Amino acid sequence: MVRIRNQNLALVVLLLSALALQVLPLFAGDRFIVLQSTTSTRNSGLLDAILPVFEAETGIEVRVVAVGTGQAIKNAENGDGDVLMVHALEAEQKFVAEGWGVRRFDLMYNDFIIIGSKQDPAGISGLQDVVEAMKKIATSNQIFVSRGDDSGTHKAELKLWAQSKVDVSGASGTWYRETGTGMGATLNIGIGMRGYVFTDRASWVAFGQKENHVVLVEGDARLFNQYGVILINPERNPRVKQQDGQVFVDWLLGENGQGLISLFQIDGQQLFFPNAH
Amino acid sequence: MMPILVKNLTFQVGRQRLVDLTSLEILAGGPTLILGPNGAGKSLFIRLLHGIIEPTSGTILFNGRVARQQFRRHQAMVFQKPVLLRRSVAANVAYALKVHGVTGRENTRQVDKYLELGGLSNHAKQSARSLSGGEQQRLALVRALACTPQVLFLDEPTSSLDPAASDSIETLISNAENLGTKIIMITHDLALAQRLAKDVIFMQNGQMDEHALAEKFFRSPASASAQAFLASKFTPSSEINGQN
Amino acid sequence: MQNFPDTLAHSIGLIFSGDPQLWAVVLLSLKVSLIAVVASGLIGLPLGALLAVGRFRGRQAIIVFLNALMGLPPVVVGLVVYLMLSNNGPLGVFQLLYTPTAMIIAQTILVTPIVAALTRQLLESLNAEYSEQLRSFGVTGFASIPTLLWDGRFGLSTALLAGFGRAIAEVGAVIIVGGNINHVTRTMTTSIALETSRGNLELALALGTILVLTAILVNAAVTIVGMPARRVENG
Repeated sequence: MVRIRNQNLALVVLLLSALALQVLPLFAGDRFIVLQSTTSTRNSGLLDAILPVFEAETGIEVRVVAVGTGQAIKNAENGDGDVLMVHALEAEQKFVAEGWGVRRFDLMYNDFIIIGSKQDPAGISGLQDVVEAMKKIATSNQIFVSRGDDSGTHKAELKLWAQSKVDVSGASGTWYRETGTGMGATLNIGIGMRGYVFTDRASWVAFGQKENHVVLVEGDARLFNQYGVILINPERNPRVKQQDGQVFVDWLLGENGQGLISLFQIDGQQLFFPNAH
Repeated sequence: MMPILVKNLTFQVGRQRLVDLTSLEILAGGPTLILGPNGAGKSLFIRLLHGIIEPTSGTILFNGRVARQQFRRHQAMVFQKPVLLRRSVAANVAYALKVHGVTGRENTRQVDKYLELGGLSNHAKQSARSLSGGEQQRLALVRALACTPQVLFLDEPTSSLDPAASDSIETLISNAENLGTKIIMITHDLALAQRLAKDVIFMQNGQMDEHALAEKFFRSPASASAQAFLASKFTPSSEINGQN
Repeated sequence: MQNFPDTLAHSIGLIFSGDPQLWAVVLLSLKVSLIAVVASGLIGLPLGALLAVGRFRGRQAIIVFLNALMGLPPVVVGLVVYLMLSNNGPLGVFQLLYTPTAMIIAQTILVTPIVAALTRQLLESLNAEYSEQLRSFGVTGFASIPTLLWDGRFGLSTALLAGFGRAIAEVGAVIIVGGNINHVTRTMTTSIALETSRGNLELALALGTILVLTAILVNAAVTIVGMPARRVENG
């Protein structure tokens, strides 16, 4: 009986020590910064490819928190990150204008595309005018699945719908479906419904379950998707790691970062085009 | 040493007065048996005496004092169905000893002693709940004795036991009595009562109808209720069984 | 689409591949959830015991509330803990956000009500059985708690396992407070969420299978450890 008690006690002590050890590393002094970015950026695999190089060069670990665009910006306003990297120009400019960020720089762009089933019932394949294509989807009442989550991708999609003069919010729940979630889940649902989806190319190329869906519309200049990078303002949030954050921003905008971005490929395709000036 | 003095004791639940005793004195010495029909309030009564239920009104003095914590240190109780801890036989006795301040090697020594007294030494490491009904009650009894109580309360200790098991319980009770423990016991077994009792308290409807020396009580009870009770018990068949 | 034997084969392949990333993720899940359960036990067991034995005004209301807390949505807990630990929040100075410690805190909040509520129920019925006898021994009120806790240990270990099950399976809390950061705060559940969002459903399912297997292993281990003692108790 006594022996069993001691065993239980030993186990509890062991587990409590593990708990204690959890807290200690906080004071160990790892050198890292937190990058608030979007799920589509992370899912493309770009960050996994270029960040290790930065870490090797500078010894600074970059911890990526990948959430929806809105959440990334909110986290940045709360000071829960050191650098913000999203693709939502107006929101980024507002972020800087309101004093949350130091300054916004163009970083790179990729492009948006419309994917759909090979059958293409709306007949949009190969169209050069993306707004035309979207009008056709609406008038032929084909299912179109949108992220509906206020992300950079979603905002770009809505801008184009506005140009097409189609009222999508009125049609929500009929041929126009809003998932309210990330690109991957939205692609899954869109493919499951055999519908059309507006997506960024990087997410599509990296997506693992294409089934019999293909790229139908691409190349229109309005499908240009610009990424920006912003150092979060240490004056608003004193705990922001200004120095290391700046090193990262400079690296991204400099020769090394820009070069690595252009070298990143999936299936032989370059997905991101560096355009810092 | 004067065990128990009761004054104006009542126990009330809602409107019902379940125990109502004006005055009672239980002296040291031989066993006091508490008899009476079902629902007489006997079980409530000994729990009040033992201090594990709080009375609605009245005083109970034990050794001249009122403090109920004191009661439990010098008293012990055995219930109709033994309440054994989910531990080994030995651990149950060890627990009672530890609660009464006996620790370490002395604890182990006494556990062995009391297990032997109860004829349970062979079962020491076994789970207490795996014992038979009679063995469990023996365990409950020696566990109570391990507390070296001045007063030992027993609430129908043999009512769910077969005759052989009953006998072993009775032996243990007699031994305890011989060693000076005051026994206060409820039972429906009148033969057992007659063998053990020095004096008898007869209860009905929450009240004490009679308190007399056993000899007198069984020969010619004073109260009408006791007379009726004994008459109903001593039918030819019940004389043979000694029970209901 | 997927079929179960293929997925199972994929899972087994993953396990035996010895992929260090996979093991890091499994170990982190175990570490976070096990520590959370220990912490929840340290709070929940005594709390449940106090509620079981105590008699005071408002006790019933507290019990109802505690039982309801068993249904706390993980994502809500994650959100609240995030707001607390955020640099903008009251506890930002501790810099706990996006660390395993934050995940442990969130899971502890989720699991403690489960442990406390189940403990309360178990010990209340045990106390009903024991209380007269314990009072006879002079062990009254809160003093009876150690005895109840020890004698109730098998039921209580099930309560802890229930808490563990809740912790290891949830994603809503840990993904918000942990940030699902690669090599730092990525657990099995957040990996599943990640691979699902990438469309790598087969990998996600395989990870899910490993998660279930891990939970089975932990439960089996606890049961085995308890076996010799159970034999003593039940004879």
